[in-house]
Amino acid sequence: MQEGQIYERLNVIFGDVFDDDSLALKAETTADDVDGWDSLSHIRLVLSVEKAFSVKFSAAEVGKLKNVGELVGLIQSKI
Amino acid sequence: MADDLYARLAWLPPKPDDFSASCRALLAEETASAADFGRRVQALAQYALDENALNRLAKVIALARGAGKSLAPLTPFRLGVLSNTTSHFLVPALVATAVRHGIDLVCEEADFDQVIQEALNPDSMINRGKFDAVLVAIDHHGLPLRPAPGDAEAAARSVDEAMKQLATVREGIRANSNALCIVQTLARPPETLFGSFDLGLAGTLRNLIDGFNRALAEDVAGSKDILLDVAQMAETVGLANWHDPTLWNIGKLPFASQYIALYVDHVCRLIASLRGKSRRCLVLDLDNTLWGGVIGDDGLEGILIGQGDATGEAHLEVQRVALSLRDRGIVLAVSSKNNDDVARKPFKEHPEMLLKEDHLAVFQANWSDKASNITAIAEELALGLESFVFLDDNPAERNIVRQTLPAVAVPELPADPAYYARVLLASGYFEAITLSDEDRKRAAMYQDNARRVALQKNVADIGSYLLSLDMVMTVQPFDEVGRARIAQLIAKSNQFNLTTRRYTEVEVAEAERDPDCMTLQIRLADTFGDNGMICVIICRRSDRAWHIDTWLMSCRVLGRRVEEATLQEILFQARQHEIDTLIGTYRPTERNNLVEKHYEKLGFTLLERKDDGTTVWQLSVAETPEVELPMQVRRLGFAEKAPLPLAAEA
Repeated sequence: MQEGQIYERLNVIFGDVFDDDSLALKAETTADDVDGWDSLSHIRLVLSVEKAFSVKFSAAEVGKLKNVGELVGLIQSKI
Repeated sequence: MADDLYARLAWLPPKPDDFSASCRALLAEETASAADFGRRVQALAQYALDENALNRLAKVIALARGAGKSLAPLTPFRLGVLSNTTSHFLVPALVATAVRHGIDLVCEEADFDQVIQEALNPDSMINRGKFDAVLVAIDHHGLPLRPAPGDAEAAARSVDEAMKQLATVREGIRANSNALCIVQTLARPPETLFGSFDLGLAGTLRNLIDGFNRALAEDVAGSKDILLDVAQMAETVGLANWHDPTLWNIGKLPFASQYIALYVDHVCRLIASLRGKSRRCLVLDLDNTLWGGVIGDDGLEGILIGQGDATGEAHLEVQRVALSLRDRGIVLAVSSKNNDDVARKPFKEHPEMLLKEDHLAVFQANWSDKASNITAIAEELALGLESFVFLDDNPAERNIVRQTLPAVAVPELPADPAYYARVLLASGYFEAITLSDEDRKRAAMYQDNARRVALQKNVADIGSYLLSLDMVMTVQPFDEVGRARIAQLIAKSNQFNLTTRRYTEVEVAEAERDPDCMTLQIRLADTFGDNGMICVIICRRSDRAWHIDTWLMSCRVLGRRVEEATLQEILFQARQHEIDTLIGTYRPTERNNLVEKHYEKLGFTLLERKDDGTTVWQLSVAETPEVELPMQVRRLGFAEKAPLPLAAEA
């Protein structure tokens, strides 16, 4: 899957989780940029991503993520 | 996956694509009246919503409350949540799901892992929150269950301590706030220490949890509190699915998030039951629901019910479940599109039928729409529509009842009848927290009955419903592709069959070639899919008249104005062939009195009534106006005989 496609699908997933359809994710996007992205909604986000891409992340992988770019990289390494 | 039924709440209709848009639209409207708003949120909650959709709906509710809107007429309820695990995700899911059950839920959670403190401190959030109930969501991590394999004494002590700890919590909440507690059984982890040996060996975690669950169930039964059987839920979907070690390690989530919707639905069933909102009456369809096949066409010998046949056993299981529900106080009724005497026959005469007429409080077999029939049953039994569950294999019937009577619960059913009984019970519509003597006797109060009640005028706006079905009728002359199915329908159809003339496949092929025959095979598709061939017509020319030799239809599509559309097609063809008059004949048989008035209803005039009951009817082609009907007509394969404007696809 192309990186662009992953971003496209992530925009939909983020929109669903944070109830904001206007998000345009970039590699540098972090939790500070998205309203309501706290440690608990982070778990929900990770679960939604796992479901959408049919992948599974370990606790260590989830804990290390710094921004959306790293999440995309993690997804790419699994599919 | 078999656990999809539970995880996806598959008894509820799937979430529509425009769900998010509907949520936004509901918020944007400022004019919505107070009473209307609660009902409309409830309508959105009727779908099978996943966690994200539940969150979205909870947000709508929170924003609307913030803006001063009320969820009336839903029943208010205040729930506190106390947990040793992360209950954060449960709160919005509970609020949105409660609306599905008619509850306007205010839900607040205590801080993470503060169970004992919150229960014992009179000034705690939980004790000052004026809650009607507190959900004590404790899993096995939150109790002092210490495995001691082989040490029976230590095991008993451990279970006892765990029970005492929970009792402290329950008593604290009762003493300080007067709320009742909803307490949980423990879902045991899938891991075993020895293997199968764990079950019998005192002190294994499995052994401790089993002991605790049994002790808890007994203790709760004698108290004001209510039991939420989480162990049963987890075992139903599979312990290995339920427990997600990664999620536990990351965020102390008590179970895999895919089961949140299921878990909160179970909690809300209990709350609804507490507030007297459990369903009380099950209305059953007959053909392909209580038995396999169509009694009017297949006859007593042809329907499938009972042992020795897979389909028959599946339907027998539906009857068994219905009967068990009746034994615990659920009232049973029948609503079927059938003639009354035909529909009652299996109950009277079929030896494998478990259900008898005596078990049914009301028996509605007629050709009116089911929404009208359910309304009549509700009036007869003096029960509100929100007490009703309607079980029907036919998606079109389910949908019309859902649209016109939103208060009635209508479980979705899969194609395979083997799952009907399971889906009905998985839905939890009959959740109860007590069993009284009155419950046991209730069904018997209706013993003498199996009454039929008069219908009021149709409750539903059938016209707009039919339009919403997007029906497409495809009309073709007989051809080789359709021949076998045509011959089969001619051989098999009994109820909607005007003349019941039987023809072989060879004779059908002859009619196909005969220049004096006008033949039609008609298929019908709608939003639910393709109904296949639903009508066969044979007209034979005599001068400038057509004798309608054969007119048969599938009873499945009755009440959708397909009869009128078919007549319109015959008239259309008649004009192409310069025919002036249609002659229709009704030949009575034991099974076709459904269509005795068929030609009369379609505007034919009576020519002759014979001694054997046969009637002959006539209609002038020129004098019959065209009417607007709620379906689109496609004509295929007519191009050679008469070039038609609509035959472009052919």
